[in-house]
Amino acid sequence: MITVTGAHKSYGTFKALDGVSVDIPAGSLTALLGPSGSGKSTLLRSIAGLEDLDGGSVVINGKDVTGIPPQQRGIGFVFQHYAAFKHMTVRDNVAFGLTIRKRPKAEIARKVDELLEIVGLDGFQHRYPAQLSGGQRQRMALARALAVDPEVLLLDEPFGALDAQVRADLRRWLRRLHDEVHVTTVLVTHDQEEALDVADRIAVLNKGRIEQIGDPEVLYDRPANDFVMSFLGQVAHVNGRLVRPHDIVLTRDRNEAYAADAAVKGSPGVITARVDRVVRLGFEVRVELTADSSEQLEVQVTRAAAEALALDPGETVYARAAHTPDAWETDPALAI
Amino acid sequence: MKTSRPARWSLRVVALGYLIALLGTPVVLILWRTFEPGLGTFLASVKTPAAISALNLSLLIVAIVVPLNVIFGVVTALALVRGRFRGRGLLQAVVDLPFAVSPVVVGVSLILLWGAGGWFGALDRAGFKVIFGLPGMVLATLFVTLPFVVREVEPVLHEIGTDQEQAAATLGANGWQTFWRITLPALRWGLTYGVVLTVARALGEFGAVIMVSSGFAGVSQTLTLLVHARYVDDQNTYGAYAAATLLMGLAVLTLLLMSVLNRKRRTT
Ligand SMILES: Nc1ncnc2c1ncn2[C@@H]1O[C@H](COP(=O)(O)OP(=O)(O)OP(=O)(O)O)[C@@H](O)[C@H]1O
Ligand SMILES: [Mg+2]
Repeated sequence: MITVTGAHKSYGTFKALDGVSVDIPAGSLTALLGPSGSGKSTLLRSIAGLEDLDGGSVVINGKDVTGIPPQQRGIGFVFQHYAAFKHMTVRDNVAFGLTIRKRPKAEIARKVDELLEIVGLDGFQHRYPAQLSGGQRQRMALARALAVDPEVLLLDEPFGALDAQVRADLRRWLRRLHDEVHVTTVLVTHDQEEALDVADRIAVLNKGRIEQIGDPEVLYDRPANDFVMSFLGQVAHVNGRLVRPHDIVLTRDRNEAYAADAAVKGSPGVITARVDRVVRLGFEVRVELTADSSEQLEVQVTRAAAEALALDPGETVYARAAHTPDAWETDPALAI
Repeated sequence: MKTSRPARWSLRVVALGYLIALLGTPVVLILWRTFEPGLGTFLASVKTPAAISALNLSLLIVAIVVPLNVIFGVVTALALVRGRFRGRGLLQAVVDLPFAVSPVVVGVSLILLWGAGGWFGALDRAGFKVIFGLPGMVLATLFVTLPFVVREVEPVLHEIGTDQEQAAATLGANGWQTFWRITLPALRWGLTYGVVLTVARALGEFGAVIMVSSGFAGVSQTLTLLVHARYVDDQNTYGAYAAATLLMGLAVLTLLLMSVLNRKRRTT
């Protein structure tokens, strides 16, 4: 369990963290998600003690660690660019934390071999980091961080320097590892797909503030504001409001569209639009439209719906929101 | 740019000819003059008490200067790369000073500072000889060799950044452990180059050392001073050649050591 309360951090006059408070439940895998420069790394490094907060506190498993150096925080940290000890073999890298703690040689050897097996680097003991691929280096870094049995594992864009395929493999692997080891994990990423794929909780950061924190489904279905909505998943603009592209219904019949829209509470209304293009993407179809207001939008419909509509470029359709985010219904202020 | 075959060849010939004329000829000439009368004569000339004392003194100075420069060099490079303090620009300039200042000027300013009439002259008058003693020669050599370790270590520090050290900290290593186990090993090649350059320069320094040495044969002559004394004062031309060859041999040994280490570096 990690509790950050009222964290402030400024660089000169720039506020990198502006009153951040988060609770990270024990055993969870939480993603810190946000655009570049939003303060994700600063928050993570403050939890690790690699950065000193100007204000606020960090509590790890009930112990207030604000102002305590990273050595005594019981953390494991994985850096974006591996931070491998280049002059040491894989074995010595992984053993580093245990060697510092002066554990018996036999215990170190056993633990290192066990970890290398878990991360799939068995047989690489005597290689140097320069002789490993990026993905292997990062797995070594993970084993190194796990070797000291950290209370929390902190990862700063651990897969950011890897190509798409390796990235996807490694994050599934991380998810499985987490399900086995159950160490409280915080993962920084600017990739919403990565966050949705591995995390069981997501905290969205923007300009040094937390916009929303919760389960991935909650953030996707009930975003607290437009920023969260557009950062997590795709959006289309309907009369200036944000709607998920798959929540838009297309109809050829004008009256039918208006009648159906009247039943949706707080809906953004119906727009009349011209079809620009129809793109078949396997099981779904993307319809690109230009509204009367000359606003562009993309709509996702199922293949069956597309076939029923039989749209051709240049034709006119009526678009409306099938439903709106729950937040708009519960909080009318957001709907305006 | 593609150069034609003849053009390439003539470039090579010019470059090689220039090197031979400027560097090769004098070296070969000295070697030839040294070994012309036979190996026995050479050995006899470098085994005189004065020559052995000069060799010992040169090596002693190296042995004192190298560790001091290593410590100062690493600390200064760390301050220059990592430090955020006022006067960093000034420190940068000061480190390069020995490159700009003539060694003779270094010698003169040391006399002004430490000599009997200098700022710290009291020490001299109390019987602790800095100028015209070993401390003066060490100070002069320290001054001229000061930039080498700093300037070799600095770019390596820039390159390695602080990630590895931060990783060590998160794994529980304190500052001292991080320095010995992470920082220093990462610097080892820069440090090696710095040391080799320092050794070569310390052995070869003449201008600064001659100003602050009493120059007595068998007492306060380094190898460079011996070469000079034999040639100029004793009119012992052959002796000067022999001592010069000895000096050159040490330099070549240092260079060889460096290339051996260099090869080892590429394989690890
Ligand atoms: N040492 C520093 N000095 C000055 N400004 C800094 C420093 N470190 C971070 N910042 C600023 O603080 C802000 C937040 O930085 P941070 O590294 O936390 O962003 P981030 O969310 O991790 O972004 P990215 O996805 O690009 O890594 C940025 O605007 C950055 O310029
Ligand atoms: Mg970052």
